[in-house]
Amino acid sequence: MSLLKSFFFRVFISALFLAVPILGVWTFVTADDHGWWFPENVSSYGGEIDYLFNVILTMVAITFVLTEVVLVYCLFWYSQKRDSKATFSHGSHTLEMIWTAVPALLLVFIAFSQMGAWNAVKIDMPDGTEADEPYSPDRPMMEVYASQFDWRARYPDEEGNFDGMDVVETPYDMYVPVDTKVVFRLISRDVLHSFFVPKFRLKQDAVPGMEIPVWFEATAVGEYDLICAELCGWGHYKMAGKVHVLPQDEYDAWLAGAREELRSNGSLD
Amino acid sequence: MSSSTTTQERPLGLDPEGTVHVSHDHHELGFLRKYIFSVDHKVIGIQFMLTGFVTLLVGGLLAMGIRWQLAFPWTEMPLIGKVLFPETGGVATPEGYTMLFTMHGTVMIFFVIIPLLTGAFGNFLIPLMIGAPDMAFPKLNMLGYWFWWPGIVLIAMAFGAEGGGPAAGWTAYPPLSTVEAAAPGSLSGQNLWLLSLTFVGVSSMMGAVNYVTTIVKMRAPGMTLFRMPLSIWGLLISALLQLFALPVLTAASFMQLFDRVFDSGFFTPPDVVINGQRPEELGAASGGHPILWQHLFWFYSHPAVYIMVLPAMGFVSDIIAVHGRKPIFGYKPMAYSMAGIAGLGFIVWGHHMFMSGMNPTVGLVFMTATIMIALPSAVKVFNWLGTLWGSRINLTTPMLFACAFVSMFIIGGLSGIWMASTPVDIYIHDTYIIVAHFHYVVFAGSVLGIFASIYHWFPKMFGRMMNETLGKIHFVGTFITTNAVFYMMHQLGIAGLMRRTADPYAYETYAHLQPLNQFISYSAFALLGFQIFFVVNFFHSIWWGKRVGRNPWKANSLEWETPSPPGHGNFDKQVEVYRGPYEFSSPEIEEDFWPQAAKV
Repeated sequence: MSLLKSFFFRVFISALFLAVPILGVWTFVTADDHGWWFPENVSSYGGEIDYLFNVILTMVAITFVLTEVVLVYCLFWYSQKRDSKATFSHGSHTLEMIWTAVPALLLVFIAFSQMGAWNAVKIDMPDGTEADEPYSPDRPMMEVYASQFDWRARYPDEEGNFDGMDVVETPYDMYVPVDTKVVFRLISRDVLHSFFVPKFRLKQDAVPGMEIPVWFEATAVGEYDLICAELCGWGHYKMAGKVHVLPQDEYDAWLAGAREELRSNGSLD
Repeated sequence: MSSSTTTQERPLGLDPEGTVHVSHDHHELGFLRKYIFSVDHKVIGIQFMLTGFVTLLVGGLLAMGIRWQLAFPWTEMPLIGKVLFPETGGVATPEGYTMLFTMHGTVMIFFVIIPLLTGAFGNFLIPLMIGAPDMAFPKLNMLGYWFWWPGIVLIAMAFGAEGGGPAAGWTAYPPLSTVEAAAPGSLSGQNLWLLSLTFVGVSSMMGAVNYVTTIVKMRAPGMTLFRMPLSIWGLLISALLQLFALPVLTAASFMQLFDRVFDSGFFTPPDVVINGQRPEELGAASGGHPILWQHLFWFYSHPAVYIMVLPAMGFVSDIIAVHGRKPIFGYKPMAYSMAGIAGLGFIVWGHHMFMSGMNPTVGLVFMTATIMIALPSAVKVFNWLGTLWGSRINLTTPMLFACAFVSMFIIGGLSGIWMASTPVDIYIHDTYIIVAHFHYVVFAGSVLGIFASIYHWFPKMFGRMMNETLGKIHFVGTFITTNAVFYMMHQLGIAGLMRRTADPYAYETYAHLQPLNQFISYSAFALLGFQIFFVVNFFHSIWWGKRVGRNPWKANSLEWETPSPPGHGNFDKQVEVYRGPYEFSSPEIEEDFWPQAAKV
């Protein structure tokens, strides 16, 4: 009786541990059906980031399943009552070398395969010399000010000055042209904030005392959530903005209209 | 050393089963000296443990508050709502929610995990496992425990501080944490938080000094470094980490305190306008930099992550060897990999700051170091599996929890690779995938490791067994609910959900995630509920558990040479060490275990 009980307990415990890799993989495989996967990507570099995520996911998933299955096998197979003693072994130098060297190579591969994308997003900024790269960190399309608890985009006047009379300011909503490498300066007036547009795969902290250049290229027209991703106080959760990606001509028209409105308002006072 | 004198005074051989105290021979201590202001490392360890249970409950209830708000935002929070938010009738306020997760993190890290691993088990196990009568500095040890208390009192006061508790996150990033105007109404909460952490830091420091000295100087004859159980390696390495890293946190906390109290401006940049005020206009200095704090904070707090897991790794290794009746596979690689994790642990702090505005080129260096830290962790996992391979597993409660540690540490370790990878981190930084990752390491890893250790060493602590049936119910419930809670957080994170967001569903991006969050919350409530089995089992077993002899698990290490529970001075006979701690199933002898202190 107790033998049967112990058999069922072994099976039950093994099944419990086996459920981890099975349900774990199943959750990831079906995630997209439930909306538990990446939101759609609409930036030029987002695809690369998703790709790298998936490369790591593949390696991680294989390691995960293999190690968990070995664990379950051991738990099931070696928990039965036996007359013989356990294998008396203090280890194996060869195995240690193998399972140090192989992961080391894989990890070095992972590390080096990431550098290009990081360089493209954060280090190698558009320099404003080519036709489709009209902006650069020195001559950004806009400044984005973060403060408790709002976002404010500022568009320079025709000469590129941010301190003139014709600086267009838009709170919460910012307008950018599609298929253009947009460069902006991210500035915080008060505490830390973080500029996060999930669909652009873009995140950058805004730090008081720093002007951080940021770039992205949106590939689809639309309205996208801008979310503050660094705790900034009680109102952090509602520090929302919208990035409106417009076709180039609509963007030009919008900016011209906004400047015009500013001038007519300015002439009143 | 005094070990020989104290042990020789004892009558030997009167207590072969070790079920009776042998400690009441020379000086009988009063209740106060024996249980409250004790200098006995075992009592201090148990004091740390029992206090840690209370703080664990507090930290757990705070977590439930967070889960309630994420499942049912802005509704009346049952039970704890009325206590925390009396002015709104139990509904969380935005700043109250911020306080919830700030305090949850603070309590769990500084008042639960570190004290339970190093304070409770470090104290209890180190002298017993290395064959010493007590710590090197018993009074300092007592002081270490009592320095923890001002920390507890201060953090408890911080909950009720005028204008609300600390609400800048457990990371306390300035200027939010340093400039009062940034959090309207807040007054002394953050000061209390900083002072509390200073006391906790000093307490840990006293412990760390003691652990290192004791392990280095007081090992029994024959106990060479490479005959020490891996628990001791884990505790030694984490104590070294504390010694090197804690001063930085303490200094940084004082700098932040100076910014708040004396307007020093270490972390306040010029020309900020916070809530309509310039700090300069209020007489505060400026010209500092907020990122300086992040460097100092993470220089401590990243190694702290390893402080929070290395001892658990050691305990789990020992438990797997004992209950698997098999030597540790690759003992030296296990010890070296812990040292490797600790060494690399000091040069990876920048991975918390990839998005911080730190020079992105530096990020590449931190990325490479961080990815490489997966290597010693992988070596450890492979060696645990190697130990289990060909073993003779007894499915006891400690073994189940230890295997759960391995199962879940695999998940927590592997998901770390995404975080290390800078381009992927651009998207996942500060999302729930981070929350999933560190909870798999710190909760599913360390806390389950702590449960394994409690079930394993409880007989030594109290001389009685814990109930196996209750223990197994506790295990099954905890295993299922832990995975249900934390695994699904990966999914939230991949969907882009930010942490620290009081009401995410206002965003179009997150609106569809509420049902998943509700599932996680229900699982979390069940997870807490299953801990009742543990609490009942623990306290019932202290008084009514089955009595045990010296060595109920047939283990090898020295703590099992002592009576259960060991008396004052620990060993009632001279111990000498003849072999390593993992000679299980040796073909040279008939028994399947071969104690370190057995001559033949």
